[in-house]
Amino acid sequence: MLKYDLAVVGGGPAGMAAALKAKECGVKKIIILERAETLGGILEQCIHTGFGLHYFGEELSGPEYAGRFIEQVRNTDIDVKTDTMVLDISDKNLITAVNKQDGLLHIDATAVVLAMGCRERPRGALSIAGTRASGIMTAGTAQKYVNIDGYMPGKKIVILGSGDIGLIMARRMTLEGAEVKMVCELMPYSGGLTRNIVQCLNDFNIPLKLSTTVIETHGKERLEGVTIAKVDEHGQVIDGTQEYVACDTLMLSVGLIPENELTKGIGVSLDPVTKGAVVTEMRETDHPGVFACGNVLQVHDLVDYVTMEAQMAGQGAASYIQDREVFENAEYISTSHGNGVRYIVPQKMNIRSKEDIKLYFRVGAVYKNAKVVLEADGTIISSKKKVKLAPGEMENVTVPADVIAKLTKDSTICVRVEESQ
Amino acid sequence: MKKNLTCVACPLGCSITVELDDQGQILSVTGNTCKRGDAYARTEMTNPTRSLTSTVKVEGGRHPVVPVKSAAPVPKSMLFDCMKEINKVVVKAPVHIGDTIIENILGTGVAIVATNDC
Repeated sequence: MLKYDLAVVGGGPAGMAAALKAKECGVKKIIILERAETLGGILEQCIHTGFGLHYFGEELSGPEYAGRFIEQVRNTDIDVKTDTMVLDISDKNLITAVNKQDGLLHIDATAVVLAMGCRERPRGALSIAGTRASGIMTAGTAQKYVNIDGYMPGKKIVILGSGDIGLIMARRMTLEGAEVKMVCELMPYSGGLTRNIVQCLNDFNIPLKLSTTVIETHGKERLEGVTIAKVDEHGQVIDGTQEYVACDTLMLSVGLIPENELTKGIGVSLDPVTKGAVVTEMRETDHPGVFACGNVLQVHDLVDYVTMEAQMAGQGAASYIQDREVFENAEYISTSHGNGVRYIVPQKMNIRSKEDIKLYFRVGAVYKNAKVVLEADGTIISSKKKVKLAPGEMENVTVPADVIAKLTKDSTICVRVEESQ
Repeated sequence: MKKNLTCVACPLGCSITVELDDQGQILSVTGNTCKRGDAYARTEMTNPTRSLTSTVKVEGGRHPVVPVKSAAPVPKSMLFDCMKEINKVVVKAPVHIGDTIIENILGTGVAIVATNDC
């Protein structure tokens, strides 16, 4: 049995930032457990730039962004075990993991940070008719084939889903000489960042077909084509709009699923909307000493925000290890979301907090010239004008410390969207 | 004449409006929230540029390819020509982050540099 103050599950940007922050706060024995052969997580295959503008003030590629944290981890006494798969975390924070060198590992950790990230929604999660021909894959899988393994998975490509990975891959495949025929999006708006529509699709004249989906795949051994169709406002196929598109590859960029199997195993409560843990502003779950951050908690648009959230979790874990008073004296109320807001992280906030608390949220539709309204006990605290709000872009609003000081256990904190008349 | 652009300088993606006179001279740039946005709008109207990222083949590395980027943006019209140059290159491991792979690609004055160790 190994004994650690803090065990971090996952060595991507979230796990590394959480471990480093805890180290900076004075936590002595820290271990990072990573399933892949290197630290860095999904950033290793995200070779495009756009990472780090907020955090480092410069535009880096994924491996460069990860590289900076890997370097920092190396310069500390944080233990790292790569090629190591965590199998289980008990309700007493006992971790069971396995790797080739150590065999079965048991780790007793005072605090645990969950930073397992996401996986992509696969084809099986969609109901597309057709055989299991080769050439159908998630955009992230294709990204690994091209950027890490160095080969092209196809020549004529249709992309379903306009999430950022899909848009980035549309450009990548085009630059490498493939023909990207179109990007189909079920929703009437794109799930990706506007800049990616501009520089990945518009730059290369790749059509973005909104309210359109793939209903059937054709081909027995290798994909030969897909049938696309328009959908109505309920997502139902409009008969008569079916169209055959010849292609040898279908890439799916249809959402991410936080990898919360371990989280569930501990007995941590999950938010049905984020599919991540219910957490406090310190990113503590409802299981004492277990924290969560990064994409396993909520899907982020930018890695910079993952880093910042992970630092909150790392700091939270450090104070849990060193001085539990804050946790014992805490009194939590739930944050609630009103009109237009799909979810808020954190779901709970400590009304004894002496500091401002930032609430992160996403809206459920596209709004123009709307206001983001924060209310405490029915009184408007702030009302911020927004030229545009979209589900693809995470927003935040701050609850100031002086407002928190006046809250009681029966208080309500609500974030809602006020539409322009 | 007014032209609407979405800034690609950072993930914020500001909506920028550029006002042009009859000769195509820029009269004003509005809607940007930082200096980079102003600069983006002006070059986009005259000589649009883009950052380019790709991979080059590596012999003897931990992976068959290593990621690279243009150290500065290159003219948008030259992206495919730059790709052809990048795809001709084969380097030998070890490669380190920041190593120059191509010094001056197609006379643009822009270097192609490695963005990972391999």
